Amino acid sequence: MFYREAGQFKTSYDKDQAVFPIMQDRWFIVAVILAAYFVVPFVADEYWLQAVIIPFLILALAAIGLNILTGYAGQVSLGTGAFMAIGAYACYKLTTNIPDLNIVVAFLISGLMAAAVGIVFGIPSLRIKGFYLAVATLAAQFFVLWLFNKVGWFYNDNPSGTITAPPRELFGVTITGPRATAEARYFVSLTFLVIGAVVAKNLVRGRLGRSWMAIRDMDIAAEIIGIRPLQTKLMAFAVSSFYCGVAGALYIFCWLGSAETEAFDLLQVSFPVLFMIIIGGLGSIIGSIMGAAFITVMPIFLTNFPPMIGIHMATDLQKHIEEIIFGGMIVFFLIAEPHGFARLWQIGKEKLRRWPFPY
Amino acid sequence: MPEPMNETTKDTMTAERMFGDVLLDVDGISISFGGVKALDGVSFNVREHEVLAIIGPNGAGKSSMLNCINGFYHPQEGTITFKGSPHHQMQTHEAASQGIARTFQNIALFKGMSTLDNIMTGRSLKMKKNFLWQALYFGPALKEELEHRAKAEEIIDFLEIEAIRKTPVGKLPYGLQKRVELGRALAAEPDLLLLDEPMAGMNHEEKEDMCRYILDVNDEFGTTIVLIEHDMSVVMDISDRVVVLDYGKKLADGTPDEVRANQDVIDAYLGVSHDENGNGDE
Amino acid sequence: MEFLNAVFVAPFLDIADSPVFFAEVVIGGLMSGVMYSLVALGFVLIFKASGVFNYAQGAMVLFAALTLVGLMEHGAPLWLGLLVTLGVMVALAYAIERFMLRKLVNQEGIILFMATIGLNFVLEGVGQIAFGSDVKRLDVGLPDKSFEWKGILLNTFDLSATFIGAVMVTSLALFFQYTPTGRALRAVADDHQAALSVGIPLKTIWVIVWSVAGAVALVAGIMWGAKAGVQFSLVLIALKALPVLILGGFTSVPGAIVGGLIIGVGEKVAEVYWGPVFGGAIESWFAYMLALAFLLFRPQGLFGEKIIERV
Repeated sequence: MFYREAGQFKTSYDKDQAVFPIMQDRWFIVAVILAAYFVVPFVADEYWLQAVIIPFLILALAAIGLNILTGYAGQVSLGTGAFMAIGAYACYKLTTNIPDLNIVVAFLISGLMAAAVGIVFGIPSLRIKGFYLAVATLAAQFFVLWLFNKVGWFYNDNPSGTITAPPRELFGVTITGPRATAEARYFVSLTFLVIGAVVAKNLVRGRLGRSWMAIRDMDIAAEIIGIRPLQTKLMAFAVSSFYCGVAGALYIFCWLGSAETEAFDLLQVSFPVLFMIIIGGLGSIIGSIMGAAFITVMPIFLTNFPPMIGIHMATDLQKHIEEIIFGGMIVFFLIAEPHGFARLWQIGKEKLRRWPFPY
Repeated sequence: MPEPMNETTKDTMTAERMFGDVLLDVDGISISFGGVKALDGVSFNVREHEVLAIIGPNGAGKSSMLNCINGFYHPQEGTITFKGSPHHQMQTHEAASQGIARTFQNIALFKGMSTLDNIMTGRSLKMKKNFLWQALYFGPALKEELEHRAKAEEIIDFLEIEAIRKTPVGKLPYGLQKRVELGRALAAEPDLLLLDEPMAGMNHEEKEDMCRYILDVNDEFGTTIVLIEHDMSVVMDISDRVVVLDYGKKLADGTPDEVRANQDVIDAYLGVSHDENGNGDE
Repeated sequence: MEFLNAVFVAPFLDIADSPVFFAEVVIGGLMSGVMYSLVALGFVLIFKASGVFNYAQGAMVLFAALTLVGLMEHGAPLWLGLLVTLGVMVALAYAIERFMLRKLVNQEGIILFMATIGLNFVLEGVGQIAFGSDVKRLDVGLPDKSFEWKGILLNTFDLSATFIGAVMVTSLALFFQYTPTGRALRAVADDHQAALSVGIPLKTIWVIVWSVAGAVALVAGIMWGAKAGVQFSLVLIALKALPVLILGGFTSVPGAIVGGLIIGVGEKVAEVYWGPVFGGAIESWFAYMLALAFLLFRPQGLFGEKIIERV
């Protein structure tokens, strides 16, 4: 009843092009962000922040990155884990070698390094397409992780082979490493996600985003219009890898605290992030966030739900059941709504607008 | 943009038409694919403000000719001179930035994008603001975006597709898709517009509409047009000059009347037994 | 300087030094190459006939091997086990067509690809719940003896495995090329709608291809399983088929065979002679890098045809 746009007239192209042209949507999103900053950290306990919310925020950032590359520019990548690892290791090297470096700057430089590597691995995209490219990105995945595992320089020749986030402060509050509170790390992750999402949305609705989509939908026609395929694709690789790199740095510095290359494994990171954007919706920023929420919450739900209704299983069995449900849901989702949550969200809004009338 | 509708389709056969200098000169173009000669020493020129039709039976090399002009194929022999600068081979984006736009035989729209976005994409080359401004979507970048939106809206008005501006083009019927494709080509404000069978698969009324748009574009913007079309009545009506291709060779080149009277063309293409108004195809 | 020497000189000296050892390495590589070919063949069959990039092929290998081992553990003789497993794979193919492919007709390739990733998880889960997830020994009664031939150390098991793999690959290639079903498969691969319009039953064809791919997975599963034990890592070994596909082209049966052999040999030789320079374990990425480098020079793969783009 309250979700009506009657009386809201768009009198300029500016207003027509707004991300949320309907007033109620704008209020809703403002409310969500305010709640995220001022309600969640006081309601959620340490366990929820650490086990669910922080990984959700960080992986959502990575998902936005992958969605730019796969959903918007149409270049399938299975190398998300590698680009996140690059961000994480770059940030580790930066913070341990230059202790005075501002941590936010370190995060951003890590993203840039991942972007540079992303460009290198994006070069084959000019000549190969689709699944060939997907397999090529696997090369990045395996090679980069092998490199970080083998070459001691990357983990400062630490005998355990792990990288550990040193404690760093922002505005006098420790935000990284084991001594940082969950709340502090939550705020940092949330801020990166909010800014990242806004910037990504701006990019995809402007000229660059249209060029990406043009390349995705019909590369030959795009070229004939004057869009340069190589630059456009490499730009997508760079931006995408930047997001993944920053997310990777946050992954270690604001979530895990310390890790080995296995944390960025194909099955640990690359596939889950891919699932996030498929289930959330290819070519949708908000969908990436919704998909990330779903994929992070589901395993937690599967772990906690059966004991709640009195079923206790061996962890092994539970893991396999989880796999089956996970895989089954993915197939189900693709059949039911190949465009993911983002489309369901839109359909829901349409319905709500007409409610209580069917059409 | 002035009102496009106050002038009805004009009779190009009788009206005096003013043409400028030679805009595009195609000289001795040959291209072959694996031994098959698609084009064999074809030469012709197009003058500013002209509507030139390329006709010929299937496989005559018409589409290959357009592909050569906008740099998608690279001819093995010959030169293409556009706006006075000769090219042996042109790169596709180079052709685009010099002012050549085109539409395709099989619609090549960006199916996942809305009509508006498709047309805005056509303006990509005109947009200059860099990456960082785009990321902010603020200040100069926003201003630029809005300016181009206004231009895109003019084209949408001109082609009467206001109602579908936010619809994903993949969902549109065929005739409208063709119109959107024309819009995307126009968005680049080209000097030379290449149309590959703009009326294929359309019914009579849609064809009439499309003819009117083509002539209006030619009139209002002074755009030079090269088009491929099979419908002879359309070709004879709207074009100033006709080039006939057959088996990759040029058979004739002249005004519709001259071509119609040309014995080679009648023998090879229109066929001796065809009826008088020249409906050789369709 | 030392590094350059270790990369460009020393390995070749080693090879010249001991040609017998080199031959052993190559033969070892060829043998795993045949296995890669076998898995790659499963991919190619499905890709050709249904345009689906079947990520779950690796899981199918594991699933088939697990089923066989499980049956044999419950006392079934080998022949019965094989028969039942084959039946299970056909049933699986039918189920995949009925519940997945049919509902995803006309979706884009990437959507189908993602669906097979989902399928991959389901198969892994089901297989391991039904038959346990610990490493299992699989004994199919092939002789396992080492002998020497002209100074080269060989193994009868490897040889017979290679032989079976080669027979399998050849018969499939012939089947594709010369039988009416094979022709129908190729027609479906070219254009679904056109194939339907000339009366080729699309659904049946899909069930057939997935069944054949299942059978290929079974053979691959037996070979790998008998050699290395039936365990989860079979899925990862099957991933190696991906660079093979890149090398050979997604739609070429001979490409899958030759590509598999090249990757198999290249990987072994690289690991033995160049591995130490780079700190070892380069097998994890070498195949991908080789394929990637190759792609830059010949994007259509070894046996793919150059695509003329039309607009």
